[in-house]
Amino acid sequence: MKEIKAEQITQVVRDLCIEANCHLPKDVQEAITTCKACEPFPIAQTILGKIEENFNIADQDNVPICQDTGLACVFLEIGQDVHIEGDLKSAVNEGVRRGYVEGYLRKSCVKDPIDRVNTGDNTPAVLYVDIVPGDEVHITVAPKGFGSENMSQIKMLKPSDGLQGVKDFIVKVVEEAGPNPCPPIVVGVGIGGTFDKAAYLAKKALMRPVDERNANPFYADLEKEMLEKVNALGIGPQGFGGQTTALAVNIETLPTHIAGLPCAVNINCHVTRHKSAVL
Amino acid sequence: MEKRITTPLTAEVTKDLHVGDNVLLTGVIYTGRDAAHKRLVELLEQGKELPVDLTDGIIYYVGPAPAQPGQVIGSAGPTTSYRMDAYAPALLDLGLKGMIGKGKRSAEVVESMKKNDAIYFGAIGGCGALLAKCIKKAEIVAYEDLGAEAIRRLEVEDLPLTVIIDSEGNNQYELGRKEFLAMEK
Repeated sequence: MKEIKAEQITQVVRDLCIEANCHLPKDVQEAITTCKACEPFPIAQTILGKIEENFNIADQDNVPICQDTGLACVFLEIGQDVHIEGDLKSAVNEGVRRGYVEGYLRKSCVKDPIDRVNTGDNTPAVLYVDIVPGDEVHITVAPKGFGSENMSQIKMLKPSDGLQGVKDFIVKVVEEAGPNPCPPIVVGVGIGGTFDKAAYLAKKALMRPVDERNANPFYADLEKEMLEKVNALGIGPQGFGGQTTALAVNIETLPTHIAGLPCAVNINCHVTRHKSAVL
Repeated sequence: MEKRITTPLTAEVTKDLHVGDNVLLTGVIYTGRDAAHKRLVELLEQGKELPVDLTDGIIYYVGPAPAQPGQVIGSAGPTTSYRMDAYAPALLDLGLKGMIGKGKRSAEVVESMKKNDAIYFGAIGGCGALLAKCIKKAEIVAYEDLGAEAIRRLEVEDLPLTVIIDSEGNNQYELGRKEFLAMEK
């Protein structure tokens, strides 16, 4: 049994909040640069150039890439041979509090969805915990901006809607979002499970590097096909027209009920942020 | 080709701005997003005076990140504009001439813009670090309790913007996409 103090988790979460918000993952940076080189539409090229300039400034100056530093989504994978000394949930929230206050990040969390008073420190985190074999704790912090979150949708398709129903739904969500979620976007898709699990899968899909395809060749091909389809919409960077509407479509799946075909599409902007550490 | 404009944003200037124009804006603008708009329109409904004069003014839909030591302001890119659609026509009727944001607007807002000779500008969403460099001064002028959502008076220099919807209602989102798709054929 490995002992990990809750305080260690606080420190790691604090640091990850700041790093994730200021340093765009290399795979996303490279995807933007690659798309700029392939983009035939002049205004789209210009915007992709500004986006590059922006993430470079953030990287060098240690400032947030985007002012919407998000709700702090925290994913913990806890090895079953680990014992955590102290209150885990409080430790995570304390890490978010310190990260957002000490890191000069924007506090975007309201305590109640109706009366909307800001909590002042961006807590509580949106926390997901998974128990896995081993004696390590894997921590990922993924700040999620709401310009893109608001453009996400879920649909309980019928089994008879099949593959075509899934494809049509993904394209519809991206087209309806249009310029609102700050394209070029990353499209996270969750297919299967239950209503809630499909949405969770779509969020998890956004954690996968944009240059890594699904391990299942069928879904890897579907990801490529859907990327071509959404880029054929012509929405382009910022919605001003162009072929770079999305950088990637990442699909995750789970077994589901004989009566159902849940499909969730979670949209992320070009600032698709996540940073991980292992204890 | 970039057009340089300065505040106040008069009807004379807005009539000369056209969809797709790249603009460098210098002068004084105010920030405002969801919660501040709600309060402003509630004041109007009660027949009370607003805490800022919006005549020939510009509102930037932004909730900036806090300033680090030595900074004027933290990252400060646009938020999605449609959430302000319910409030915008009332402010345009008061003399507001420009809105800076990103994303689609409602038909009601576009009609009000045409009636009031107003412009909807886009700043590049997700480029808050870059845009903050154009902000030379920032001070809270109302609703400090709202934190990032407080109304701030900003002095900007050469803030890079694009005319998304002009005062005749022409829309860059529609035209740009159409032009790209025609080019691909």
